[in-house]
Amino acid sequence: MKDFDPSVLKKNPASPRTLFGLMMSGIAGLFTLIAIVPLFIILGYLVTKGISSLRLTVFTELPPPPLVSGGGFGNAILGTIIMVGIGGIISIPVGIMAAIYLSEFSQDSKFASLIRFATNVLSGVPSIIIGVFAYSAIVLTTRQYSAWAGGFALAILMLPIIVRTTDEALKLVPQEVRQASIAVGANNYQTVLQVVLPAAIPAIITGITLAVARAAGETAPLLFTALFTQFWPNLDNYFVEPTASLAVLVYNFAIVPFKNQQELAWAAAFILVMLVLVTNIISRIATAKKIY
Amino acid sequence: MRINPYLKSSLTDPDRVEKVEIHSHLKIFMPTKDHHDNSEAGIKKRSALERNLDFSFYWAAKIFAFAIAGVLIWITVQVLIKATPAIQEFGIGFLTNSSWNPVKSDYGVLPAIYGTLVSSAIALSISVPIGLGIAIFLSEDDYLPPAIQRIVVFLVELLAAIPSVVYGLWGIFVLIPFLKKITPLRGPGMLPAALILSVMILPTIAVISRDAIMNVPKGLRQAAIGVGATRWEAIIQIVLPAASSGIIGGIMLALGRALGETMAVTMLIGNANKVDTSVFAPSNTVSSLLANQFAEASGLQISALMYAALILFAITLIVNVLAQFLIVKLQKI
Repeated sequence: MKDFDPSVLKKNPASPRTLFGLMMSGIAGLFTLIAIVPLFIILGYLVTKGISSLRLTVFTELPPPPLVSGGGFGNAILGTIIMVGIGGIISIPVGIMAAIYLSEFSQDSKFASLIRFATNVLSGVPSIIIGVFAYSAIVLTTRQYSAWAGGFALAILMLPIIVRTTDEALKLVPQEVRQASIAVGANNYQTVLQVVLPAAIPAIITGITLAVARAAGETAPLLFTALFTQFWPNLDNYFVEPTASLAVLVYNFAIVPFKNQQELAWAAAFILVMLVLVTNIISRIATAKKIY
Repeated sequence: MRINPYLKSSLTDPDRVEKVEIHSHLKIFMPTKDHHDNSEAGIKKRSALERNLDFSFYWAAKIFAFAIAGVLIWITVQVLIKATPAIQEFGIGFLTNSSWNPVKSDYGVLPAIYGTLVSSAIALSISVPIGLGIAIFLSEDDYLPPAIQRIVVFLVELLAAIPSVVYGLWGIFVLIPFLKKITPLRGPGMLPAALILSVMILPTIAVISRDAIMNVPKGLRQAAIGVGATRWEAIIQIVLPAASSGIIGGIMLALGRALGETMAVTMLIGNANKVDTSVFAPSNTVSSLLANQFAEASGLQISALMYAALILFAITLIVNVLAQFLIVKLQKI
């Protein structure tokens, strides 16, 4: 060991290898900063422009015609609630049942991995394609733009999110809980509905909220299924009529040259982003808690 | 029929419970009302109603699970049927024709396909290096304290949650006026659309690559450090190659998202149906063609739009399926 010089083990601050490492660390850190900057710029504009155009009347009044000041988007808020509601009524039961099959009954069979694969592929289908599909399946069949067609499109969009989050939530429930339930004589649906599902409820609700926030901000599937309207929904039509939504309102009013409508677009965008922000933060807090 | 072994009960073998020998001292735990009656028979057989309920619950879950694959098939078939008239009319020449003329019923998607591919390519060339940098920076333990790292990861993920129409609104009123000042851009065009796209797909690349990097066994990196590699030599020569299938999968998913992204692009690209190689010129994508034309279309134009939608659907489907295979492969390391 005599010819071994221990000084070569010391980090040489001037060696090209060290300098290369330092440079790469700096670049990686810079890139991370670059990614967060647009987020804060966008949020900053939304807060300043959005809050300044936000008045109490925007929640209760109808969209104004060009060049008329005032007005709001009460009908668009109501329309978004109706269509996301329809989407939820369709996608929540289907999604939760499918996830129950995947996590509880499938034993990770070929069929189950096929369904998981289909779920992932479905979540990658562009939202405009889902709009085209809902248009041809519902609007062309009924010959009528409707909240139902819009809600149906949103349901397809929400479905993969709900399946995936519920599947993951159910997998986190420990096996012992199921064994204990079987041991006291419960059968499949009792075990699932009364023991496993309640344990996973916080994570499932989180998934549903994320799906709702995502659906509320989607524009492309609603453009030619629900269309848009300047008027309140007429409940005598049972939602079979063009229906306004916040997301389509942002699009319509962003591409017009009228100041008052542009301000409403900023206010509506602010509400949409706040919805996303709040649901995302709450979901982090909710999933941090564990029942078992 | 496959049943979760832990849930195996009356469903597979309704009589099984009766055959179980019950020790007499266990009787007190039995939930039956009249436990003194079955001291010999064991536990009461499940009622027919209960067994039927159990059976239907299992099948209901299975059918709903199948519904997901069913929806995917339904979308394909529905769009294919509606596109058939245009497919018969225009055939494969639809891809190379660059006119979109409802008056003459002459349709082609060459400019839209060109715009879709070019905008996605520009977006990827910006966001792949940045996304990989973020993924590495946020997967090393000692760059940031854990609490701050969690917040930064959350912020990057939040970029993906902002609705696309909000990006479009911001692009119209902030990004385009800004780019007009520093570039020859005169209005909406390819450049702002591609830039906004790169921001929108950044979180997909960053988050999935970070997962892939964190899934690389720690031993690989320790071995590299052990034979004298520096941190970045270990990352570049060992960790990134080991995580490559997941990283490429994430990039493919991002590509799928960029190809199909509609609202922000529609609002910023200018919707000019012509092939122009300048990034400052207005252009078009398949999805913005659909968004702009569908509500007012009729007759053969609807079918032509369905044909365009079918092409977009096929491209994104292939990209997504490849991405899924690559990401699944990563989980097997």
